Amino acid sequence: MSRRPPSPLRQAALADLDGLRRRHRQVFRPSWSRRGVVIGILVGVVGLAVFAMVRLDFSLLRILHGLGRLGEFAGMMLPPSAEGRFGLFLTALGETLALAFLGTLTAACLAFPVAFLAARNVVPNPFLRFGVRRGFDVIRSVDVLIWALIWINVVGLGPFAGALAIACSDFGALGKLFSEAIETADRKAQEGVTASGGSRLHRVRFGLVPAVLPVLASQVLYFFESNTRSATIIGIVGAGGIGQYVTELIRVLEMQQVAFLVLMILVTVALIDLVSGRLRRAIIGAAAH
Amino acid sequence: MTVRIEKLPPERERTLLAAYSGAVASTRWRNLAVVVAIVALYLLAGWMAEVRPLTFLDNIQNFTAYIAQILPPLTLDNLPADVAAWYWGLPKWLALLAETLLMAYLGTLFGGIAAFGLCFLASANLVRSQALRFCARRFLEVCRTVPEVVFALIFVIAFGLGPMVGVLALAIHTAGALGKLFSEVVENIDMKPVEGLAGTGAGFVETVRFAVVPQVLSNFASYALLRFEINVRGAGVMGFVGAGGIGQEFLVAIRNFYYSDVSAILLLVILTVVAIDLATERLRHHLLGREAHA
Repeated sequence: MSRRPPSPLRQAALADLDGLRRRHRQVFRPSWSRRGVVIGILVGVVGLAVFAMVRLDFSLLRILHGLGRLGEFAGMMLPPSAEGRFGLFLTALGETLALAFLGTLTAACLAFPVAFLAARNVVPNPFLRFGVRRGFDVIRSVDVLIWALIWINVVGLGPFAGALAIACSDFGALGKLFSEAIETADRKAQEGVTASGGSRLHRVRFGLVPAVLPVLASQVLYFFESNTRSATIIGIVGAGGIGQYVTELIRVLEMQQVAFLVLMILVTVALIDLVSGRLRRAIIGAAAH
Repeated sequence: MTVRIEKLPPERERTLLAAYSGAVASTRWRNLAVVVAIVALYLLAGWMAEVRPLTFLDNIQNFTAYIAQILPPLTLDNLPADVAAWYWGLPKWLALLAETLLMAYLGTLFGGIAAFGLCFLASANLVRSQALRFCARRFLEVCRTVPEVVFALIFVIAFGLGPMVGVLALAIHTAGALGKLFSEVVENIDMKPVEGLAGTGAGFVETVRFAVVPQVLSNFASYALLRFEINVRGAGVMGFVGAGGIGQEFLVAIRNFYYSDVSAILLLVILTVVAIDLATERLRHHLLGREAHA
């Protein structure tokens, strides 16, 4: 921002600074208790950070040395090139998208009915609700890669295990989000259905589901977006997709191909973001009209 | 009280009914088309992902058998000793779990600091220069699109094995994800204090410090806590690529079929994540609640 000529108000205030300080003492005096709290929090945060860095063997020497090597790698990455394996990579990328789509949709279909059991305005029984919620929490707290390792033991290596892993971990996350969306739904339509003589099932079907469906659809799309990201790494444990190539090529330092793969992932994710952003706006917009 | 509703003239009724059924039919057709498209995509995806429903059905008892296998051999008569045998490696695992938590903490802290520095540059209401904003946004996007495990894989080769690598990978991803959320918060602030400070001749840093930061700090803290929770989960699998934490131990247990160890470590991880989940949720409600009162 450019310097402006000082305003008359500022000049007057500067001239009378001592007087202002005397008249409005409480404004100029710092509040020691608040400052103490801030300093205490800062000391706590920094202290824990220092402890953590010592505990985790941070060393400046290693960082500097590593940065040098990273620079080398960056040089090796240029120019990104597929070296004749473009078709292979494209198939792997398609597989990644397929398992993200499969996993998300399966999770959504399974989570949709179960989420109603966890919503206060559908199931008044607190024990059932509590149980379902904690179940979602437990499923959600296991990472996708861990689910992939477990499913590989069941269906063998390959993208099928990856799709099942994504379906599992998303089942927990979507279930929680769905049940929250159901709980915050507008009550008026439901009361209308009840008032016109509808049963409880009618109330859910005609009062609740049409109200929450666009919200849920937009959440599912959002998860599909984020799952295309996580599906790119699921190949690291052998569960299909492009991650397999990323891991192997990084290990053998084929940096040009790695750069090419990363670029492919970036472009795909950006495209998916664009499309699903449009779709989400269309769905939510339709609900608002 | 009964009210008699007058019937419409038959012709009018017929046209209205026709229009109604036409409207219903068109939405029905549209919904059907959407469902068919989704099912077709689903089948295509299933074909690409090599889904074998029959294998799945054949092997589904493997899943239950696997769950049964990893369950610890606990007996009622000898419960304390059984639990002790199940958790034979507890001190080691707790140390690794603490390492995982510290990794998540440092990753969130460093990433948060970087995001804090960058988010103001990516906000449309504070930065006029379109080029600067564009660069900041694209940088954040790259940071959050490349998965943290990929960063970890590259860093492991550059920096060597160890938890430091995990922290760096988490920090970069966190910077990207938080930077976006932070800049969205900044774009939604009340602009009056900013205009007031700009009117007194304050520079960019002063404007940010006294007009923007007080408005956004509690939201920032809440998002950072949310990210910490996600990072705890992420730090748990960093060990899969040799970047520290409990993941390495878990991978060894699962690959070598140390069944009871798998369940022991898994239970520890789940308990930790759920506990942190609940704690950060409390803290976040507290933070956002305080903002609502102010």
